[in-house]
Formats: sequence, structure tokens, C-alpha cells
Amino acid sequence: MKMERESGWQRRFTEYATSSFLELLQRESPHLLPDLKAGGEVPAGVPHGTTVLAIRYREGVIMAGDRQATAGFQVASRRMEKIFKSDDLSGIGIAGAAGPAMEMAKLFQTELEHYEKVEGDNLSLDGKANKLSQMVRMNLAAAMQGLAVVPIFAGFDDKSGVGRLFKYDITGGRYEETDYDAQGSGSKDARDSLKKLWRRDMTREDGLRVTLEALIDAADEDVGTGGPDLVRGIFPTVKTITRSGFNDVAEDEIRRVCEAILNDRAKAERS
Amino acid sequence: MPLPYYVSPEQMMKDKAEYARKGISRGRSIVALEYGDGILLVAENPSTLLHKISEIYDRIAFAGVGKYNEFENLRIAGIRHADVKGYSYSRGDVTAKALANAYSQALGNIFTQDIKPFEVEVLVAEVGDANGTKSEIYHILYDGTIEDEKNYAAMGGQADEIRRFLKDHFQERLGLDEAVQLGIRALNVTQNKSLSERDLEVAVLDRTKLRRKFRRIPAEALSQLMGTAR
Repeated sequence: MKMERESGWQRRFTEYATSSFLELLQRESPHLLPDLKAGGEVPAGVPHGTTVLAIRYREGVIMAGDRQATAGFQVASRRMEKIFKSDDLSGIGIAGAAGPAMEMAKLFQTELEHYEKVEGDNLSLDGKANKLSQMVRMNLAAAMQGLAVVPIFAGFDDKSGVGRLFKYDITGGRYEETDYDAQGSGSKDARDSLKKLWRRDMTREDGLRVTLEALIDAADEDVGTGGPDLVRGIFPTVKTITRSGFNDVAEDEIRRVCEAILNDRAKAERS
Repeated sequence: MPLPYYVSPEQMMKDKAEYARKGISRGRSIVALEYGDGILLVAENPSTLLHKISEIYDRIAFAGVGKYNEFENLRIAGIRHADVKGYSYSRGDVTAKALANAYSQALGNIFTQDIKPFEVEVLVAEVGDANGTKSEIYHILYDGTIEDEKNYAAMGGQADEIRRFLKDHFQERLGLDEAVQLGIRALNVTQNKSLSERDLEVAVLDRTKLRRKFRRIPAEALSQLMGTAR
């Protein structure tokens, strides 16, 4: 997509001054971008990522996702990661067609890092959310063929000092949520669960519990979503994003909370 | 139509080289040295906003002396090269060697083909892993000449004097504070005053960091590092 550009020094302002990696690829190496105009039917059985969610809590946001990728009625992967660090203060959770979604996450990470290095400064959280919106919109043609990608973006806004989260639709529409949101095939069940359990200004401990309750509920109701797998030792991934950065919640801690939840539920069944 | 007058290629190259060298020698200097945990870069640069040292990729840093707009152009080209390469292959495939070669080609072309050569020298440094791969420092001159430097490098105004000083004083496996002090003493050789933390831009490629090894050392931390062995 080469555009006619003005010549001479003025070009510096339109071309040289763009700090966007996406625009660089579009200009210089369009073959590296996902081919969005592929025609024809998309064969069934493309792996899809299932449930991701983000909630606000006292110190920022928690992002979490189950680990299963589902292709039709088959499990495509049991260990897929769906929450990615996009930079020190933000993360992206992906749901939808797994291939394009992971590519989008990688492109988004590179975009933010590229901007930071070229400009010597970070994008604002709104700037990052807006950039992701453009990337989702780029995927619209593929979405119409059944390869939709719908991310959740969350981060700590260092200007206002709070955690914020954004959801998207397949056209790139961006909606800021104040409390929590979930995406993917189990998202309705996760949201229902969060609707009852989420409270404003939760501690990290409560937030973690609520997050995992919601994911376990989603796995309970939605066939595509994977629950905690005690046999193989596979648990959902959970990340926190606070003023001090993007952090993994240790697997031991996730396991402990999952086991506590399952125990409580088993007890409730028996009584 | 006026006839272009003849200039011998030797004379033309000589004139260009002299022109570029003059421009570079007016500028302030930069030193790079290996220390225990990585590579230290020290530049004489009173501005805190216009950088001479910056991050290119996970393990790679860039430093430039001479004309700001020219090395800034090269810096951004380097970031683009690295990001595209890392995106299309893997992060581990981005190397200082390939980047230094690209700079060498670019500067060589500019030197022979353009009327005005770039008045810059650049350093590309890559920090090795903890498990023994060597760090690399490449020094690329205005005409595309490329050298790989061991342990330390200097460029800019009176680089020869600085290099002589480092040759006599460099030691392996220095701590960060000792390395910072050595770097500053080396820059001081060409000064008639001694440099304070306000005149300096300092950054490291620290191999103990995860993924992105580049870290700037802000003025407060720098004055501490400068003060510890006084």
C-alpha cells in the first residue's frame, strides 16, 4: 500500500517521523504482515483460544486466561498462553482464532517497544489502546471468514495512577470497562460469575480468588474452556499489572487458590 | 552547458575524509568499556534529552558522535533493522555483527556517492551471556571502515588520547563503580576541567537484567557511583 508522498524535506515529517512499527512494515515489508485478504473458506478446525478476563483491583488490574485451545470439538493445545506482556505497564489477553491472535500480540509488543526506543518515551495508555484498535480493525476481513480476534487490553495508567481495561469488538471498536470484563467462548459464564463476586477495591488475595472462581465457572459451563488440570498440573495463567510493573502470579499460588476453590465446591456438593 | 572540471579520485576522497574528520573532531567523546556485568557506555553530553547513547535491541546498544541529525538517522535505521529482523525470525537472531555491517555499508555508500559525507562515528555494542559468550564492540567510521574492538573503545574529539589512557589503565572484570570512574577519568584526559554527573550521559548493557539489557544510569545514581571510591 504505497502512497504518493510529497517530496523533499517535507517527507521527513510524514515518513521519517513515524515511530510506528506497524506502519514501517506496511511501507517496507508488507509480506511480513498477516495476509488479511486471503479469500475462500477457512477450513474448520482452526484452533481457537477460549476464555480470558481482566478485573480491576486495589493496586491495578489482574489479567487471567485458561490454557486450552480448542479446534471444533477437539482440544488443540492444553498449555496455550493467552496473556502476554505488551510492555512494563500493560498486557494483552487474546481470544479467538489462535494463530492470528498470537501474531497480533507479537506485533503489538513489537509496536510498543519500537515506539519506546525510537521516541525515547512510552506511549500513553490511551495511545496503546488506540493502536491495538487499529490492529483489530486490520483483521476485519479475516474475522468475516470466521477468524475473529478479540483481545482484552489492560494496563496501569501512570498518569492517573489507576489500572484500566479495554475490550474490543471485531471491527476495532474499543470500550473502556470500569470494573471487569471477559472475552472468548466462556466469557459469558466468567462475566456472570464476576458480576456476583467482584467488588470495588479488592485486595490482591480476593482479586486472585475471584478471578479463578470465574475461570473455573467458565470451564464448568463452556466446553471449549479448560479448567485446572490437576492430573497434568496445568493451571490458568494469572498476571498482575500495578505501578511497579507487569508480574506473573507464581504457579504454586495459583494452584493453592484453585485447590481451595475446588475443595469448597466439593464440600458444598456433599453437604 | 558548463564543462564539469576534473578532480582526481584520490583528491576527492582525501577532501571528503578531511571534511568528515574535522566535523567529528569538533564533537565530544564517548567511551565504551567492558566491566564485570556487561558493557558500560559513557558520553560527554550535557543534554539530558538529546541522547547519544541508546537502546537498539535486547542485548544491543548504539552510540554516536558527530552531527546529531546524522547519527540520529542511523540510530533509527538500526532500530528498524533490528525490530524487523527480530519480528520475522526470532529475538535471538538479531546480532550486533549484522547491524554493524549494515552501518558500514551505509556509511561506505554515503562516503563514496554523496557530495557530503556523514560527519559521524558510531559504536554498536552487544553484551554476551553469563555462560561465556563474548561481548562485542564494533566501531564504524565515517567512510564505512569497521573495526571490532576488544575490552574498550573510544571515539569523537580526541579519541586517540583517550584510547592511549585506556590502554594503560583498563582492567578486566571491574565493578560498575570502578568502571564508571575509569570511563570518566578517560574522558577527563582531554579536558581542562573535570566532568561532573551533569555533563555525562551514562548507560549500561547489564547482562544480569532479563531480556532487555539496556539501562540508563540517571544523574543521582551516577553521582553515587562516582563517589563510592573517593
